[in-house]
Amino acid sequence: MLTLPNVLAGIILVALTAYVLFAGADFGGGVWDLLASGPRKSAQRELVAHAIGPVWEANHVWLILAIVLLFTCFPTAFARIAITLHIPLTLMLIGIVLRGSAFVFQSYGGGGGRVFATASLVTPVLLGISVGSVAAGGVREVGSGTRDGYYASYVAPWLTPFGIAVGLFALACFAFLAAVYLTVEARETDLQEDFRRRALASGAAVGLMAALGLALFRTVLPVHVGVVVVVAMSLLGAVAALARRYYAGARLAAALAVTLIVWGWGFAQYPYLLPPDLTIAAAAAPPVTLRLALIAVLVGAVLLFPSLYYLLRVFKVSRRMPFAAPPTTRPAPPR
Amino acid sequence: MAVSLAFHIIFAVIGIAMPVLMVLAERRWQRTADPTYLDLAKRWARGTAILFAVGAVSGTVLSFELGLLWPRFMAVAGPIIGMPFSLEGFAFFTEAIFLGIYLYGWERVSRRAHLVAGVLVAVSGAASGIFVVIANAWMNTPAGFTLANGAFTNIDPIAAMRTSAALPQTLHMTLAAYAATGFGVAGIHAFLILKQRAGAFNRAALIIGLVVGAPAAVLQPFSGDIAARYVARRQPVKLAAMEALYETRAGAPLTFGPVVIPHGLSLLAFHDPNATVQGLDAVPREEWPNVGLVHVSFDVMVALGTYMALVGLWAGWLAVRRRDLTTERLFLWALALATPCGFLAIEAGWMVTELGRQPWVIWGVLRTRDAVTPMPGLIVPFLTITLLYVTLAVIVAVVLYRQIIRSPGGRGSAPEC
Ligand code: HDD
Ligand code: HEM
Ligand code: HEM
Repeated sequence: MLTLPNVLAGIILVALTAYVLFAGADFGGGVWDLLASGPRKSAQRELVAHAIGPVWEANHVWLILAIVLLFTCFPTAFARIAITLHIPLTLMLIGIVLRGSAFVFQSYGGGGGRVFATASLVTPVLLGISVGSVAAGGVREVGSGTRDGYYASYVAPWLTPFGIAVGLFALACFAFLAAVYLTVEARETDLQEDFRRRALASGAAVGLMAALGLALFRTVLPVHVGVVVVVAMSLLGAVAALARRYYAGARLAAALAVTLIVWGWGFAQYPYLLPPDLTIAAAAAPPVTLRLALIAVLVGAVLLFPSLYYLLRVFKVSRRMPFAAPPTTRPAPPR
Repeated sequence: MAVSLAFHIIFAVIGIAMPVLMVLAERRWQRTADPTYLDLAKRWARGTAILFAVGAVSGTVLSFELGLLWPRFMAVAGPIIGMPFSLEGFAFFTEAIFLGIYLYGWERVSRRAHLVAGVLVAVSGAASGIFVVIANAWMNTPAGFTLANGAFTNIDPIAAMRTSAALPQTLHMTLAAYAATGFGVAGIHAFLILKQRAGAFNRAALIIGLVVGAPAAVLQPFSGDIAARYVARRQPVKLAAMEALYETRAGAPLTFGPVVIPHGLSLLAFHDPNATVQGLDAVPREEWPNVGLVHVSFDVMVALGTYMALVGLWAGWLAVRRRDLTTERLFLWALALATPCGFLAIEAGWMVTELGRQPWVIWGVLRTRDAVTPMPGLIVPFLTITLLYVTLAVIVAVVLYRQIIRSPGGRGSAPEC
C-alpha cells in the first residue's frame, strides 16, 4: 500500500540498499586488501585503495541518511533498536571509526593498513548481525518496564545463530560485490584475472550460504519463493558473465542480486518494521513530520543525484584520462 | 556523548572553515599563477581530507549515540527536530561528494570546476554546522509542539526549526568556526615565522588565515552579546548560572573573576542598567545547573573572545597602515599565542550551553535522567569510546605534522626558500 509511512520506510530501505551496494563494496575492498596474495599483492592493494579513495566518504553517508530518516520518521523503532542492539551497534561504530580513519592514515603515509583491513572484516559482520536480529524479531520492548536480566535484554536478542549467519552472509556479499567491481576497475589483464577468480570464489560462497541459510532458517525469516528464484537467477547471471569475462554485465548482475536480497528481507517482514509486533504504521511519526521529511528527501535528491552522478562519472566511468594517482598519496616531491 | 561531541566539534569546526581557506588559496593561485598558493591549497586540502575523515566517522558515532544513549530523548524529539538532522544528511552528502572531487580531481576536472567543487565543500560544511546547531537551539528553546498530559501534539517541525535561539546560536557558532580555524592557521604560521624565517609560504598562509579569522573574531563579541540577550529572556536560570547571580535584583552587577562591575549585567543582558535580572533563587535548588562550572566556562570564553577580538583589531590596524605583518614580532607573538584560543573558547562555550541547560535535556520539558538509556554498565562503552578518541587524536596529530607542518616552512617544497 502506498501510504506515507510505507513510502518513507521504502526510502530508508533504498538508502540502506545504496549503502550496501556502494559502501558494502568499500568494506569488501578491505577484505581483499587483507587477503591480497600472489605475485601482484601490492598491485591488488593499490587498486583497492584507488577504487575506494575518492568515493568512500560519499558512500558512507547513505548510512547516516538511513539513520536520520529512521529517527525522524520512526522514532519509537529507533529508540528500541538503539536500546536492544546497543552492544553490536557500538562495536560496529568502533569498526566504522577505525576503518575510515585507518584508511586515510594509510593513504597519507601513516601506516594502519592492518587496522583498515581488519575493521573492514568485522564491521559488515556486526551490521549483518544487527539486521539479522531485527529480521528475526529480536528487537522488542525492553528496559525499565521488564524484569529481564542484562543478558536477556541486551545480548540474547542478537547473539543468535541466525544473527551470526546473517553477519557472515553480509560479509560474503560485500566481498563478492567488491571483487566484481574491481574486475571492471582493474586496468591490467593479470589483475583483472586475480579479481575474476576472487569474484567467482566469493560468488560461490554467497550462493552456498544463501542455500544453506534457506534450508536452516526458513522458519525464522519466511522469504518469498519468487525472491529466491530471482536472486538465484541474477547470481547465476553474474557468474556466467564472469566466466565469459563480460565484466560490466557481471557488475550489473551482482548489484541486482544483492539489491534483491535486501528487498527480499524487506518484503519478508512487511508490514512490520520491527517484528514481531511493531508495524511500520504504528511506529510512524505524525503525518506532518513524514510529509516534511518526504519533501526534504525529494528536494535533497534533486541536489544529490546530479552531484553523485558527476562524482561517479569523474572517477568511475571516464577512462580516457590516465588514472592520475591522487596528488595526495605521497607528499609533494620537492621542487 | 559529551566526549564524542567535544571531540567531534574540533573536526567539525575545521571542516567548516578550512575549505574556505583552501579555496581562497586556490583562487589566488589561479589569479597570480604564484606556485606558493597552489602548494598551500594542496597542503590544506590534504589536511582537510584527514580531518574530514575523522570528522565524518566521529559524526557517525554521534548520530548513533544520540539514540544509543538518549533513546527516550530521540523518541520524543525525533519527529520534531529530525528535520534539521535530515537536511544535515544531505549537506554531508554534497560535502563528501565535492571533497572527493576536490581532492582527487586536480587533473581530472577543469580548473573552474575544481574551484567550484571547493566552494561547494565550504558551503555545505557551513550548512551542516548550522543544521545541527538549530537542533541544539531547539533543546534550549523548545518550540513547535504542544505538551498535553505528557503527550506531544500539534507537532510543527518548521516552527521547531525557527525556534528563537536558532538565529543567535547559528550565527555565533558559524563565526566561531571561522575565527577559531583562521586564528589557528595564522597562529601556527606566525610561530613558524618567528622560529624560522618569513618566506612566501608562511606569509601567504598567515594572511589567508587572518583574512578569514580576524573579521570573525571581531564580530564574535557582538554575536555573543545577541546570544546572551536571548538567554536572558528565554533561559534566565542559565544566565544566572553563567554570571553566578544568586539573588534576583535590579541593576545587577557583572562579576568577572575578582572584578565586579556595578550594573554591568543588567546593562549587558537587557541594555538597561537598572533592569531586573532573575537570580538562581527564582527556582528550587534541584533545578540549578552546576553554577561553578558554567560560570567559569563562560568567563573563559569571554576572556578568550576578547583577546582574539583585540588581536583581530590589531591585525586590521596594521593592515590599514600597510605595515608588513610578518616583521611585527610583538604582533606575531600575540597571534601565535592565539592559536588554540578559538578552539578552547568553543569548548568552553559548549560547556556553558550544555551544562547551563541541566537538569534539562529539553529546557523545561524533559529531564536528563528521564532520557538516558535503561542499559546498565554504560561506563564500558564510555571508556572504550574515550580511549578510541584519544588514540585517534594522537595519530591525527602525528600524521598532520608529517603531512603539513614539517615540510613547508623549513626544507621542502616552498619554492622561495
Ligand atoms: C571562537 C569561539 C567563541 C568566542 C570567541 C566566543 N564564543 Fe560564545 N560560544 C561559542 C564560541 C565562542 C560556542 C562554542 O560556539 C557557543 C556554544 C553554543 C553556541 O551556539 O555557541 C557559545 C555560546 C555562547 C553563549 C550561550 C548561548 C546559549 O546557551 O544559547 C553566550 C551567551 C555566549 N556564547 C556569549 C559570548 C560572548 C559575550 C563572547 C564575547 C567575547 C563570546 N561568546 C565569545
Ligand atoms: C556541536 C555542533 C556540531 C557541529 C558544528 C557539527 C558540524 C559538522 C560538520 C561541519 C561536519 C562535516 C565533517 C567535517 O568537516 O569533519 C560534521 C560531520 C558530521 N556530524 Fe557534526 N556537528 C555537530 C554536532 C553533531 C551532532 C550532535 C551529530 C549527531 C547527530 C553530528 C553528526 C555528524 C555526522 C554523522 C557527520 C559525518 C558526515 C559525513 O560523513 O560527511 N554532528 N559535523
Ligand atoms: C561541542 C559541542 C558539545 C559539547 C562539548 C557538549 C557537551 C555536553 C555536556 C557536557 C552535556 C551534559 C552531560 C551531563 O551533564 O549529563 C551534554 C548533554 C547533551 N548534549 Fe551536548 N554538547 C555539545 C553539543 C551538542 C549538540 C550540537 C547536541 C544536539 C544536537 C547535543 C545534545 C546533547 C544531548 C541530547 C545531551 C544529553 C541530555 C543532557 O544532558 O542535557 N549536544 N552535552
